[in-house]
Amino acid sequence: MVSQIHAAYLDLILTRYQHNPNHLLQILREAQEYFGYIHADALSYLGQQLSLPRADIAGVVGFYSFLSDQPLGEYRVLFSDNITDRMLGSVDLMTQFCAQLWVEAGKVSEDGLLSVATTSCTGLCDQGPAMLVNNIAINRLTPERITAIAELIRERMPVSAWPASFFAIEDNIQRKDILLNGEFQSGSALAALLQRGADATLQEIHASKLRGRGGAGFATGKKWEFCRDAVGDAHYVVCNADEGEPGTFKDRVLLNRYADQVFEGMTLCARVIGAKQGFLYLRGEYRYLLAHLQAVLQQRRSQNLLGHRILGQADFDFDIEIHLGAGAYVCGEESALIESLEGKRGTPRNRPPFPVTNGYLNQPTVVNNVETFAAASLIAVKGGEWYASIGTTVSSGTKILSVSGDCARPGLYEYPFGVTVAQVLADCGAQETQAVQVSGASGICLAPAEFNRQIAFEDIPTAGALMVFDQSRDMFEVARNFVHFFAHESCGFCTPCRVGTSLLANMMDKLALGHGSPYDFAEIEKLNTLLQSTSHCGLGHAACNPVLDTIAKFRPAYQKRLIHHEFVPAFDLDFALTQARQMTGRDDSGAHFEST
Amino acid sequence: MNQDKLDTFTLDGQTIPFSAGQTIIQAAIAAGVYIPHLCFHPEFKPHGSCKLCTVKVNGRQTASCTALALANLVVENNTAELNNERLTLLQMLFVEGNHFCPSCEKSGDCQLQATAYELKMMSPHFDHFFPDRPVDATHPEYLLDFNRCILCSLCVRASRDADGKAVFALSGRGIKSHLIVNAESGNLVDTDFSSTDKAAHICPVGVILKKRVGFAVPIGQRRFDAQPISATPHPIAKGDA
Amino acid sequence: MSELDTLNSPANTPSPPTPLPQAGEGSQVSGEVNQSGEGHHVKKLKVATTSLAGCFGCHMSFLDIDERLLELVKLVEFDRSPLTDIKHCGPCDIGIIEGGLCNAENVHVLREFRANCKILIALGACAVNGGLPAQRNHLSLTTILEEVYHAQHGLVDGFIPNDPELPLPLDKVHPIHEVVKVDYFIPGCPPSGDAIWKVLTDLLAGREPELGHGLIHYD
Ligand SMILES: Cc1cc2nc3c(=O)[nH]c(=O)nc-3n(C[C@H](O)[C@H](O)[C@H](O)COP(=O)(O)O)c2cc1C
Ligand code: SF4
Ligand code: SF4
Ligand code: SF4
Ligand code: FES
Repeated sequence: MVSQIHAAYLDLILTRYQHNPNHLLQILREAQEYFGYIHADALSYLGQQLSLPRADIAGVVGFYSFLSDQPLGEYRVLFSDNITDRMLGSVDLMTQFCAQLWVEAGKVSEDGLLSVATTSCTGLCDQGPAMLVNNIAINRLTPERITAIAELIRERMPVSAWPASFFAIEDNIQRKDILLNGEFQSGSALAALLQRGADATLQEIHASKLRGRGGAGFATGKKWEFCRDAVGDAHYVVCNADEGEPGTFKDRVLLNRYADQVFEGMTLCARVIGAKQGFLYLRGEYRYLLAHLQAVLQQRRSQNLLGHRILGQADFDFDIEIHLGAGAYVCGEESALIESLEGKRGTPRNRPPFPVTNGYLNQPTVVNNVETFAAASLIAVKGGEWYASIGTTVSSGTKILSVSGDCARPGLYEYPFGVTVAQVLADCGAQETQAVQVSGASGICLAPAEFNRQIAFEDIPTAGALMVFDQSRDMFEVARNFVHFFAHESCGFCTPCRVGTSLLANMMDKLALGHGSPYDFAEIEKLNTLLQSTSHCGLGHAACNPVLDTIAKFRPAYQKRLIHHEFVPAFDLDFALTQARQMTGRDDSGAHFEST
Repeated sequence: MNQDKLDTFTLDGQTIPFSAGQTIIQAAIAAGVYIPHLCFHPEFKPHGSCKLCTVKVNGRQTASCTALALANLVVENNTAELNNERLTLLQMLFVEGNHFCPSCEKSGDCQLQATAYELKMMSPHFDHFFPDRPVDATHPEYLLDFNRCILCSLCVRASRDADGKAVFALSGRGIKSHLIVNAESGNLVDTDFSSTDKAAHICPVGVILKKRVGFAVPIGQRRFDAQPISATPHPIAKGDA
Repeated sequence: MSELDTLNSPANTPSPPTPLPQAGEGSQVSGEVNQSGEGHHVKKLKVATTSLAGCFGCHMSFLDIDERLLELVKLVEFDRSPLTDIKHCGPCDIGIIEGGLCNAENVHVLREFRANCKILIALGACAVNGGLPAQRNHLSLTTILEEVYHAQHGLVDGFIPNDPELPLPLDKVHPIHEVVKVDYFIPGCPPSGDAIWKVLTDLLAGREPELGHGLIHYD
């Protein structure tokens, strides 16, 4: 028998989602938001109500970091654990917090009041260290702010009653160009579309030479055309706002400030490919943007820019639904994203077939990045030729960079493609820069000799992250942080990435413990080759990049950890006798290994 | 596509005919050529997760159980480079779980083990994870020893697609991925699992085991004692009758 | 990949197993000059063996090479081994280890072997992957000791032995390659005499050891 408690709130949620199993992830997310975790009875009840095997639902809960089938405490505190958070002192702050509340990281406090753990980059690198409390973001943590939060939790103050200043997320736009200067008028792109017609609008997208801003850089016009031409019962538009790549936060700002322009880009695409339904897949870390985005959608509906008979066109129906992620970087990969949209575990699909022919519900689907859609709106208004004239010949238009790390003015910088890294560093006030990580953990690590290289598809392609490290930083620790990120975010589908990323993380920890020898370098090299050649998706392909780049360019950071010439075990032999020493009370020389 | 005459591709220089829609591994098996594999089974939709079947197609590695055969592809299979990569994948699978073959009922009949013999795996090479994976012995007839699960999902597919049930599912993520069963108790006995299920006979390793019949076949007469796995292009199809 | 080359400068390169001097030709061999059956002067290879956390089954299997043992002793001479009763391993050409690492003593012996042997071979399942003893690894050592010495029925006032003469157990059982570099592995529980013979004769002949179908097995 399912207890009434669960049936009561689940019925409300289920009704809102029309008992549609494709909305399972959204249903689970709301259930957890309400109850704090997914109770065993809730799993069974959802299974009955959605006619899904209970184990499949449990498998979905088990996949996403933010979902739990175990009690997590009234307050669920997650410290953002990107390297930029660490550089701003997050590790000490978490220690302080745990000490103040008598709780151990990774656990639930004994009284069930709270749980504390770390989470992957929350996209607040320019205003870190950051945390999520019950999935809502708090920025600029300081020892004082931590003490205040500990106090509020001890008093059981509802999060909604906490000081608003804690949640004041900033846009930090530092350099504006065509996208960020805010000139776009809501409705103007659709007006241009109706004047020109859908086919001619597609031609403008072609002419603009716009390429995807999510990382892979596929020609947007081509993607739309392939999708338009694909046969299906329905076509879908998906905006990828998963923004999980560590160090990236430009989509957060675009959605906070220019959501209209993004939604209008999606609507354009819908008209071109013949879609009636669109989705914004918003990462769970940006939960706090949901109300705002819903309001923008509602306003667009009231302005007849969305919904039935858009701008009075008899055959122009299109609406957008927002789906939230629940803590899974891999869901940024377009086919994993689609699985997640369908309410499943976010495992990348076998490709081909690609989403343009077999996407959401196996129908033709365009998946584009937030910035791509925003650019498409501008192109519709101002024309493809105008757009193509900006940037370089191969890389048209502008790119928004999320700049964080060791610099005076972190935040968003929009440049025409072709800008040099050195220029960005000068503009953001970076000094004594040792290294720059472009395009996040899966990107490339640059040494000063390369700072004259350009941000462009033909030189350094990027999804938008640019993390700056000055001379005081240990580049080994940077790489180790990224490797742990990949191990944590590997979806576990394919052998090389599931096991390989964890092996790699263990090897980096081994070096950190001072147990490294040339043997371990040979091992890392071997893993890299294997991950690159046999992994199922881009996550596995990229997982060794941070290590290889930093080994090549910041060798001394590794060299000083290469204490040994011959193989040394990964674990500490003397430590391995600790339990035995405790149990026997021995401490004689035979009860120890000489330290290695 | 020409429907009268079969198209062909080459596999290590050998000409392999195929029909439209066949994957590389299907065509290879039909031609009697062995490509190492674990998660592929001819009766089920390919999964493409173990990556043992990785071949080089026109110079790029790809899983042959999901890649469609196309005319004139140049496919490499039995090369030192690929076999070395496969060996490393096997070693990963061995250290990820707890594989103590001497005490495993599946030994001699196990596809993981036989593939490791085939690729001459002399040691697991990596440091072991030694995970804690309790055995489920609740069912009167069957035992689940998760220590040996390689997450190939064949039982998931068999239960869903052949048995019309959903006894098994994958949960967790990354290195914490694991198999679960469809019961609130988490126990096999509380599912609708039955010994006549296809899923009861599909596991390529020693997870889903019939109780009280272990070690029935004497050493020397077990399936892969007789001949190496490569000698039967698809051992499971023939072996699990 | 090539980025790694910089670190693999000769000084840093992991050392490959030392090639064995061929019986009969080896001038660098540490063994003494001996009179072989056929009257040639042959430098015998020195071989040491030991059993750590194993059951001696692999050693029994070693003896199973039967009359070939006679052939073998023409080529090799045994240093420390259960076959000789020599207590410490001196400089050797080949060290053969049966069993994994379950306590401090095992580690000391293994390190002595690694330090003294040009080639180290892991013999049998326990040396290769921990084997049966490693099946305790999912339990904490504390739990195990509690269970064995305190909770067991019939143990009145059970206390955990703390004699300094006794080696302390490690928190987990490890296969030997997790603690020292191992050059060759002969899997099997136990490996067959034929497999052992094949690997040794391959090595003695300067070939890369290889076990074909039937000889390579893990059970
Ligand atoms: C592991 C992984 C994570 C990704 N994360 C994102 C992401 O957060 N946002 C995004 O737009 N694209 C991401 N991508 C790229 C998408 O798969 C896809 O290429 C992109 O959304 C297409 O949009 P675009 O053509 O506009 O760039 C990711 C890819 C991989 C392999
Ligand atoms: S590469 Fe990693 S993230 Fe991608 S499918 Fe494989 S396990 Fe999943
Ligand atoms: S499943 Fe196969 S490889 Fe694993 S222990 Fe059993 S026989 Fe050995
Ligand atoms: S139980 Fe067997 S069939 Fe099922 S996933 Fe694990 S290894 Fe595959
Ligand atoms: S058999 Fe092809 S990936 Fe497993």
